[in-house]
Amino acid sequence: MERTTSGAAPGSTRRSFLLKIGIAINVVAAALVTVPIVGYVAAALRKRSYQAWVRLGPLEQFPVGQTRLATYENPFIVPWDGETGKVACWVRRTAASQLQVFAVNCAHLGCPVRWFPESRLFMCPCHGGVYYEDGSRASGPPPRGLFEYEHEIRGDELWVRGGQIPTLANPV
Amino acid sequence: MTREPSVHGAAERRQQGEKAAPSAMTRVADWIDFRLKFRESFLPSIVHPIPRNTASWWYVFGSATLVCLILQLATGICLALVYVPAADQAWQSLEYLNYQQPLGWFLRGMHYWGSNFMVALMTVHLVQVFMFGAYKYPRELTWLVGCVLFLCTLGMAFTGQVMRFDQDAYWGLGIGASMAARFPLIGQQLVQLILGGPIIAGETLSRFFALHVFVIPGVLLGLVGLHLLLVIKVGINEWPMPGRLVTRERYVEEYHQLVERDGEPFVPQGITRDVVFGGLVILAIAACAAFIGPKGPSGIPDPTLIETNPRPDFWFLPLFSALALLPPYLETPLILTAPLVLMALAFLLPFYSGTGEKSWKRRPGAWVLVIMVFLILGVLGWLGTTSPWSPDMSAWSGAPVPVRYVKASTPLELQGALVLQAKQCRNCHSLGGEGGERGPALDGVATRLTRDQLIRQVIQGGGNMPAYGKNLSPAEVTALVAFLTTLHPGEEPAARDAQVPAVPDETATRAGPRGDAG
Repeated sequence: MERTTSGAAPGSTRRSFLLKIGIAINVVAAALVTVPIVGYVAAALRKRSYQAWVRLGPLEQFPVGQTRLATYENPFIVPWDGETGKVACWVRRTAASQLQVFAVNCAHLGCPVRWFPESRLFMCPCHGGVYYEDGSRASGPPPRGLFEYEHEIRGDELWVRGGQIPTLANPV
Repeated sequence: MTREPSVHGAAERRQQGEKAAPSAMTRVADWIDFRLKFRESFLPSIVHPIPRNTASWWYVFGSATLVCLILQLATGICLALVYVPAADQAWQSLEYLNYQQPLGWFLRGMHYWGSNFMVALMTVHLVQVFMFGAYKYPRELTWLVGCVLFLCTLGMAFTGQVMRFDQDAYWGLGIGASMAARFPLIGQQLVQLILGGPIIAGETLSRFFALHVFVIPGVLLGLVGLHLLLVIKVGINEWPMPGRLVTRERYVEEYHQLVERDGEPFVPQGITRDVVFGGLVILAIAACAAFIGPKGPSGIPDPTLIETNPRPDFWFLPLFSALALLPPYLETPLILTAPLVLMALAFLLPFYSGTGEKSWKRRPGAWVLVIMVFLILGVLGWLGTTSPWSPDMSAWSGAPVPVRYVKASTPLELQGALVLQAKQCRNCHSLGGEGGERGPALDGVATRLTRDQLIRQVIQGGGNMPAYGKNLSPAEVTALVAFLTTLHPGEEPAARDAQVPAVPDETATRAGPRGDAG
């Protein structure tokens, strides 16, 4: 402030030119830093769909005429996932080679549905959704039936295609 | 406030010519102040005059919320010394805090109850500001910042609930993800962004930890500073007098006149009640922590343990209830639009109601709004604690048919009572006050439905009841309905079809001891 630049009109001094350069450098720097930050935070988005075949277990674990809980380890995990890396699903076997594998998550808001073999219904503890044994909606707020996994019998083992939380936007 | 930049200036003035040398304390204070310029920069704000009529117990809730925030910072930092924000160890570290870390249970309790008190006091503060018209000209910006602070605090409450990484937290995240998934087009991307991956797991917890510990507190602290600065710069809202209308032309001048005519310094006079109430709040939080203790953690967050009954923390119960009670066709539109509309209405309040009457005595609409909002939240919250829409998962095995309903029953009716239990009917239907409340109580069902109607209802379902046609054999249906037709209390006659003669031949043989149509 004490020092004044002599012989130049305000706005066209060396210093104001330098300031413009400084601003330009910072704009470029900000852009260069923002891109990796956004890319880092949104890394989970890079893969549009997480799907992989996983072994659910030998077929003999699922007797014909019954619906049983099965679990598998999610194919996409990090070492510190612990228990949360596990996934549960309901396996319904109606005939030797006829199976249905349902996600445990209610189609309404994702709570875990429970199977009641006596009344042959799935019931949800959160908002009261109920499903029939074939997974179709019976009553309550769910907008659709249970999410169903794609499955395959390989030899005498049951495999399912899973990997992500089933929601209305992305059923398994 | 002007003072000469002398090291001993203040001391000299205070002592007014006394010969005694300034005390060591004074000299240290002066030494610091010569460099920090505290008296020059901050003292005017601290002693700035405020209207005397704001010395009221109604004005303590904002400062009490700030007291909670400071307490949350202190206890939160302490918890972070031990808590492990990793999905495989978070739950264990919470248990360690509860049972092994000396006084860990108490600090967890302080943090939990501190958050409850903070949300509650903030809500009271919001209502007080609204009822006192404090959001009106020229305090619009203070209100706006306050609205963002409100959202931040709710964000802290939700992310904090996730830090208590148990089954409620896990399935609460599932509910959040399922709601996000309802956004058209970007639903799946939102889910993955929230979860930090394809499922609720390690990266999800880390993400919410960063939000709870760095991002939201950072925003919160910055905005609290701004909020306080605005309160100081614009001045605290005077006690609203009925009929004294706010106008853009005269308000500022009138306020200054009021402060000059009838003001007192914020410190020490104005702050008295805040100090008392703030202290009481800390004591109340400590008492809750000591005598009630921390919340949870509930079961280990293992998604394969599905015998769970997830419930959100108190503040989110109204939302939990609304999601159960909304008709399905309204759910997605409301999830997507209601938060935005409500936020816009609240944020823009000072822009469509920025002048005029401030006093609650002449704003009946404000009363109606506040009472309505709290009635809705209260009823939904209360319903959330009882959640009558959820089946009572253990009623079928835990709540037997009352003996009085099966006394003197025929074998067929007894068989029907068994079917009623074994087929989980009781999970949704109560008998003798026990059982689920999803469907109607069955104590007097025979007074409402005839035998034929009962059969139809059981087999085809309807009105939110699943159809049992495929799940019950004809014999089971016959037995069940035989039992249900006996369920009409004492003198009340059973329902009957008006088109059928009162005592047809076949019912004469089928009717049990109490099963006749009266």
